[in-house]
Amino acid sequence: MVRVTEPAIRIRGVSHRFGEEGEARNVRALLDTSLDVARGELLCLIGPSGCGKSTLLNVIGGLLAPTAGKVEVLGKGVAGPMPREVAFVFQEHALFPWNTVRENVDLGMRFQGVAAAERAGRAQRALAAVGLEDFADHFPGQLSGGMRQRAALARALSLQTDILLMDEPFGALDEQTRMILGEDLSVLLAATRKTIVFVTHSLGEAVFLADRVAVFSARPGTIKQVITVDEPHPRKPDFVMSEKFTKLRNQLYGLLHDEIRKTMSAESAGPKTPGALS
Amino acid sequence: MRSARKPAGRLGVLATQAAFVAGILALWYLATTRWGVSRILLPSPVAVWNALVNVVTSGEFLPDLRVTLFEVAVAFAISATCGVTIGYLVSRSGFRTRVYEPLFAAMYAVPLILFLPLYVLWFGLGPASKIALGATISFFPVALNTITGFSHVDRTLVTAARSMGASGFALFRFVLLPAAFPVILAGMRLGFTVALLSIIGTEVLASLAGLGHHIVELSENMEPARMFAYVAFVVAIAAVLNFAVSLLEAWGRRW
Repeated sequence: MVRVTEPAIRIRGVSHRFGEEGEARNVRALLDTSLDVARGELLCLIGPSGCGKSTLLNVIGGLLAPTAGKVEVLGKGVAGPMPREVAFVFQEHALFPWNTVRENVDLGMRFQGVAAAERAGRAQRALAAVGLEDFADHFPGQLSGGMRQRAALARALSLQTDILLMDEPFGALDEQTRMILGEDLSVLLAATRKTIVFVTHSLGEAVFLADRVAVFSARPGTIKQVITVDEPHPRKPDFVMSEKFTKLRNQLYGLLHDEIRKTMSAESAGPKTPGALS
Repeated sequence: MRSARKPAGRLGVLATQAAFVAGILALWYLATTRWGVSRILLPSPVAVWNALVNVVTSGEFLPDLRVTLFEVAVAFAISATCGVTIGYLVSRSGFRTRVYEPLFAAMYAVPLILFLPLYVLWFGLGPASKIALGATISFFPVALNTITGFSHVDRTLVTAARSMGASGFALFRFVLLPAAFPVILAGMRLGFTVALLSIIGTEVLASLAGLGHHIVELSENMEPARMFAYVAFVVAIAAVLNFAVSLLEAWGRRW
């Protein structure tokens, strides 16, 4: 029997390396990472580019087998995609451009194995939840970037999984659009009580959405610190103006700043150390 | 100002094209009436027009048109089926793509019509040799575009489909095939055009029936006006068929 207190996701000693050791293009993306994600929690992963946050997300979702360590989702070891337990929202929306928004939502459920009779109603409810009913018969190419991400979210919601993995879902959008989508997402997710892992580059987005924020170190990435954001969902737009928000955001900035510097100097100077330029 | 100039520009292009064609027709007319070019070498445009009206209204073109369209239809059905199937099988492995794609591209560049004498030896003077050659020539653009279409499917879409539980046939039917479809259709349009061209061409060279065959017959019987009328008729048929195939291609890309 599964106890309610058991974490939704259990990550133990996960490391990942792209390519073989000794190859020119081999990269250690993730180093000995361990973490639990509680049921119903929204966890943000934040860190410098290339720190392995997306890699970790793909490992959790079974899209990538790690070179070491293991992940359990809802008490079961992960060995491949788990369409009934885990849904994804990708940065590049990943909608099928030849299908309308409604067909995209329908197709996800069809892949998952939902009976045809049930799909139409579930698609309609998911589209209503993200406010896209009026655009259900548009093709993705006819929508704005923000609407496409809403459609991708509707597709993920229609799958009714306990776990939602979001890989920089608003990364390609402008600041205003991502602010509004963030507010809507907070309302929506507070109602669904899903367990969510959310990769982002934005400090503000992380503090606004997350129950906890896991800060990654520079490559090879591992979790440097976990910060708790003790604020009930759904979060009000006012939260952004509060002192608590600013303090948490600054704390995150402090933690990230050094790691981003490390990444940048590793990229630009190669073996040189900072300061050796002069 | 800029937006006002655009339609005028398009109109200007159309008007110039019309004037160009009218100029050629005028020169043609003058050559036959004023400059004394022999009617045997160049019939007057009026005579050609009258012959064309006669050909179309009498329906005498029907048996030959039927033969040519039958040959094109069978040849294209063969090349489309084989091209898509073989192209797909090649595209499934990186090794096979690296082996066969350059080979197909090289063979497509060879003037395959040179093999006509061989095809006539194998399949005779009837429709079979036209069908075989048309199918051979149009196989390559279809197969090449099929390989390209299936090799350039967006990886994100495949990953997303896998994360939702798609595999095997569902992945092929709902992701790989629709992603490759517009490119395959473009290959089919090219294949159709070369099938039509090569079949009419081979009818001119060695055949017993068909529009190309009839044109040669008229030329040998010293009926230049009717021959020109048939050429114009073939051009019109080819234009209509190519337009229909282009419409199909546009439909395939409607998203």
